[in-house]
Amino acid sequence: MMKSVTKSIPLIVTLLACAFLLIPIIQSVLAGLTVNYFRGLSSGLTLKWVARVLELYSGSILLSIWIALVCLVVTLILGVPAAYALARNPGRASRVLEEFISLPLAIPGLALALALLQLYGTLQGFRTSWTFILVGHVLYTLPFMVRSVLSVLAAIDLKVLEEGAASLGAGPARRFFDIVVPNALPGILAGALTVVTLSIGEFNLTWMLHTPYLKTLPVGLADSYASMRLEVASAYTLVFFVMIVPLLMAMQWASARAQRIMQ
Amino acid sequence: MTLTLTNIAKTFPGGVKALLPTDLEIAKGEIVSLLGPSGCGKSTLLRMIAGLETPDAGAKIVFDGEDVTRQSVETRKIGMVFQSYALFPNMSVRGNIGYGLKMQKLPKSEIEARVNEVMTLCRLDGYADRAITALSGGQRQRVALARAMAPRPRVLLLDEPLSALDAALRSQLRDELALLLRQFGITAIFVTHDQNEAMAIADRVAVMSQGAVAQIGTPEALYRNPSTGFVARFVGDAMPLEGRVEGDQLHLPGGSLRLPGPAANSEVLVRAEDIRIDPQGPVTARVETVTFLGTHYRIALSGASDTLLIALHSGLSAPSPGETVHLSIAPEALLILPKGVAA
Repeated sequence: MMKSVTKSIPLIVTLLACAFLLIPIIQSVLAGLTVNYFRGLSSGLTLKWVARVLELYSGSILLSIWIALVCLVVTLILGVPAAYALARNPGRASRVLEEFISLPLAIPGLALALALLQLYGTLQGFRTSWTFILVGHVLYTLPFMVRSVLSVLAAIDLKVLEEGAASLGAGPARRFFDIVVPNALPGILAGALTVVTLSIGEFNLTWMLHTPYLKTLPVGLADSYASMRLEVASAYTLVFFVMIVPLLMAMQWASARAQRIMQ
Repeated sequence: MTLTLTNIAKTFPGGVKALLPTDLEIAKGEIVSLLGPSGCGKSTLLRMIAGLETPDAGAKIVFDGEDVTRQSVETRKIGMVFQSYALFPNMSVRGNIGYGLKMQKLPKSEIEARVNEVMTLCRLDGYADRAITALSGGQRQRVALARAMAPRPRVLLLDEPLSALDAALRSQLRDELALLLRQFGITAIFVTHDQNEAMAIADRVAVMSQGAVAQIGTPEALYRNPSTGFVARFVGDAMPLEGRVEGDQLHLPGGSLRLPGPAANSEVLVRAEDIRIDPQGPVTARVETVTFLGTHYRIALSGASDTLLIALHSGLSAPSPGETVHLSIAPEALLILPKGVAA
């Protein structure tokens, strides 16, 4: 009797925690699929609201994907060489620089957005362009790319590998593309998935930077809750889930893989 | 290729002198070993020949009449085997060995042929498509050697190529490496801290100590005529006999020995194989430990000198620990060498 009680307590706690996390999500998803939320499931299930979301907000969805991809390209171009430079020159200056790159993580997105607005808000063409949001996203996601690549590069003996390549006649550019990039690939992949996931889901900063004509996926979500029927907003949540959950899972997988290589 | 080093020295930032000005000449096809304890400057010297470190101003490195002092490592056409092998984990065995040929922009068919050729020579046939991580230590070492040799370098530089292997494998691969280097017929410089490795592989050995070459010569010459106590200790494990010199006599705590010549201000050393256990011997000592090594016994003796002496004793039986024995050492077996600063 006692034994079954001690065994069942952890189970009950686990189930309660799962319920606490899952019920709001399930409810929200169901709300997006019912004909009338206030009459409940008895009103029947429909994909009407999902279709409505795609019709109303396809611009936001495409803009988010576009910004995430461009953001990825920019963080790759900036982040991989930066991580390489930090890995090749370990020292106090590099540590300071690394912390400096990571600074946007500690500052609320709101403050970052305000700073960007103060600095560039008066540049009309730039202020109303999607590239303004892109700059915010790059600032926010770059540290993730740098850290991810740096941790993989720090685990391999880069200096000796490069000396080996140099002794065989490879110049600095060849060494970077033949040795550094392929060996950093697990870190680059993990960093890339993190950047895309964060960029698609980013709200704080984007909310401050967006204009009525430039709404990203999460900004559109807030907008739909504020101005649409609850069913439409809930269907939007569903669309959001469908986009972000596979990315999240891929990111976890890639990070675990990079971790394995580092051991 | 003939290699001439003139006035080559290295001072690290902060003023540490890793290598004092050194001259060295290596003949075509010769295998030279740089032998010394860690921190003696041997790896620094090798890295300067490779072009991985810049020597202090005034140095000159000449490959076959061509001054390469200012050339970068990429253009020097050297082959290098690193201590950790530095094999590229993102490439297969074939990819690693062919990398240097790819850098020379050779046609694909020729790369293929040359890679196959060195793989056969290094007994790597059948491993072409293996991943580096799927190779044993000995195989990795052969891949590293094949990769360095494939582009036909002017000189092969090896930085402690056997030290990453475990002891049992090391002596076996030592002979294998010696054989391969002779087959290649290449000028090679080989850094090691292991005297047996240097003796087994090199034509000439440069014994280094505290940033300078103490003596350079064939293994036999170093063993028979060491020029300093350091060389005698490092090559052949000579042991110092600490006592008072009076005329042609050396007075030790355990007795007196006759010296072959004057030894004022000198150091007297002896090798384990020259100490005889002899009932009529002039020196007494106490047996501390006895180790049976098959062909002979290794006996540690105290009381004869201030430090423990090791004697190699061949015979069917050995004295047991605790016994007192008499020792004799032939005068011509004693090494009388100047007291070096580099101890």
